[in-house]
Amino acid sequence: MNAIEVTHASKIYRRYSRRRQFATLKSALLSRSLVRDLEPEETFAAVKDVSFTLPAGRTLGVIGRNGSGKSTMLKLVAGITKPTSGTVVVQGRISALIELGAGFHPEISGRENVFINGIMLGLTKKEVGRRFDEIVEFAELEEFIDAPVKTYSSGMYMRLGFAVAIHVDPDVLLVDEVLAVGDEGFTHKCLDKFAEFKRRGKTILLVTHSLGLVERFCDEALWMDAGSMKALGDPKRVVGAYVTDVEHSEEQQLAAADARAQESAITVSPDEPASAVLPDSPVESATGPSDMFRAAEGRWGSREIEIVDVALTGSDGERAHVFHSGEPLAVRLRVRAPVAMEDFVVGIGIFNAEGVCCYGTNTDIEELKAKKIFGDAEAVFSIDSLDLVEGTYKLDVAIHKLDGYPYDYHRLLHTFRVKSRTKDVGIYRPKHQWAFSDGMTFTRGSSSDKS
Amino acid sequence: MLLNLVRLARYRGLIQSLVARELKARYRGSFLGFFWSFINPLLLLLVYSFVFTVVMPSAHDERIEPYALFMFCGILPWTWFSSSLNEAAGVLISGGNLIKKVLFPAEILPIVTVLANMIHFFFGLVILAGFLVYYQRPLDLPGLALFPVAIAIQLILTLGFALLLSALTVHFRDIRDILSNLLTFWFFATPIIYPWFLFEGKWQAKLLNLNPFTHLAISYQEILFFPGPVGHWKLLMLLGVISVAFFLFGYFVFDRLRDTFAEEV
Repeated sequence: MNAIEVTHASKIYRRYSRRRQFATLKSALLSRSLVRDLEPEETFAAVKDVSFTLPAGRTLGVIGRNGSGKSTMLKLVAGITKPTSGTVVVQGRISALIELGAGFHPEISGRENVFINGIMLGLTKKEVGRRFDEIVEFAELEEFIDAPVKTYSSGMYMRLGFAVAIHVDPDVLLVDEVLAVGDEGFTHKCLDKFAEFKRRGKTILLVTHSLGLVERFCDEALWMDAGSMKALGDPKRVVGAYVTDVEHSEEQQLAAADARAQESAITVSPDEPASAVLPDSPVESATGPSDMFRAAEGRWGSREIEIVDVALTGSDGERAHVFHSGEPLAVRLRVRAPVAMEDFVVGIGIFNAEGVCCYGTNTDIEELKAKKIFGDAEAVFSIDSLDLVEGTYKLDVAIHKLDGYPYDYHRLLHTFRVKSRTKDVGIYRPKHQWAFSDGMTFTRGSSSDKS
Repeated sequence: MLLNLVRLARYRGLIQSLVARELKARYRGSFLGFFWSFINPLLLLLVYSFVFTVVMPSAHDERIEPYALFMFCGILPWTWFSSSLNEAAGVLISGGNLIKKVLFPAEILPIVTVLANMIHFFFGLVILAGFLVYYQRPLDLPGLALFPVAIAIQLILTLGFALLLSALTVHFRDIRDILSNLLTFWFFATPIIYPWFLFEGKWQAKLLNLNPFTHLAISYQEILFFPGPVGHWKLLMLLGVISVAFFLFGYFVFDRLRDTFAEEV
């Protein structure tokens, strides 16, 4: 038996022109355009031709970017809005955890609100009475249940809303990204409750950004993109495809941001004499980090030797901005020296989002003595294994004289992002292993829900 | 539409709890709490008494005495009617959260508004009854049997207006602003602070008769204030039929606009 059947469902919202927005009854009557004005001028399809079936007892995770139609999808299934075309059929009692405590009245006590909310969600007064203690215990609000709801903290409010909604004992549970409420402990309790629902053969539709949760918890995953279904099927496969897609668009964003940063640096800096920035110049950058923090992003230098292009490449040799922790990374500097030079040092620095220097080096520090540069050349700085934790990093690249006089200095102009499956923290990830003696055992899998 | 109307019966429990919540929430936090439901009409009566016995003792027909009590018979049901409409006009917008986030038949909101105001009307009736006894007004027992009928007709008529206004206000927010002014005009166009026989036989009487609330006000005054017999019952019954038709019309409009609420509020 299918608990949820969605067939070619579309939801088209009307977008009115400015004129319509300010139209009032009076003007509508005066211009006799009451009927005409109610016709939409522009439409926006929040959900486009979505079809799927979910057999009873299965759990479906819906993922996708903001504004991809996930929540509208959920509202269609919940019956709160009707599809513009297509059909949505749901078997059994539905409980939708869309906005917790939506029906709470701030002036009356938690106790009374539990009853009214429960009745609103389809229970009878008796049924709420029977479950009341359980609800309050679940919400951990025993002490405050008789206080007016307006005195509750937002966490308490949400917990109570969640507790009521989950005790409605639905056949189909719809959850819209509500696990973010409450502290760690409460989140665990919610997950346990979902697991219990699953065991009891209930159907769950889960809209979430927590990809780990979808992989661990769901039988199927649906990826929505701009209102349409992009993929449906095995959670691991769908989540994988989604992550790749997100990286791809992040890549594009970073590339665009990079291009902008470089462009602005180029347009501003050439006019400035090199000496103007000399006090801040990173002569001692490798040795004296205090100077490193003074200069903001930018580009300066005499351009006697110019860095014409900076490319970051991954394992496949392609230009990229998103890399995975542990994979190789190469920084390729294309430089041009119109006149032959003998005094030059090539340097590089990696900074994290907080501006902390994660690593910095140059050819001089590494005891490479410059002999000659002339015409076009390339310097490649390769890292075998990018052992950084997840985050966004900025790159300094420079070519300067031994005494610090800059030829071309790119300060924080190049951005890249490191992705990691592990949510470890810090600046640097040393290669490591765990080993345990017999008295201590572990299994794979995470206990936290953070993806 | 009729199916939805039948379905509404299943939500009795919810309507009940929401009305109770409305009443509880209204006075929560005030020192006298629930007693305000009695004190408010009492104070209103005292104000009118003061005006018509001390300030302008001769501004009214001497056939009607005490004048304040006469007015009170009309003002109480009018307050029920006008507050219901004023509140109903905004109820879908202020309750937007419920409509958008919970699967919930929206008509419950205006219905609860009307019913909560009806309960207040009942509290006011207690005060009114006390004064009727105090002034030893003669009771007309067969007329009194018409009293629940008049209340039922007013309930149906008010529900019709409340459903219509609440649904239309979602699309035309101006209704909320114009409504209180319209209601003030309507109040003075109804024989509440003046007796209907002031215009007997004049052209104004015809206009008054077009106003549905005229017949309710006259009925209440005849039933409660004047010694029987109640001569207005025929027109009251006619209004009953019209009210049912109007209620169905209001519900029809509401039902047609129902699916737009979640998007517009």
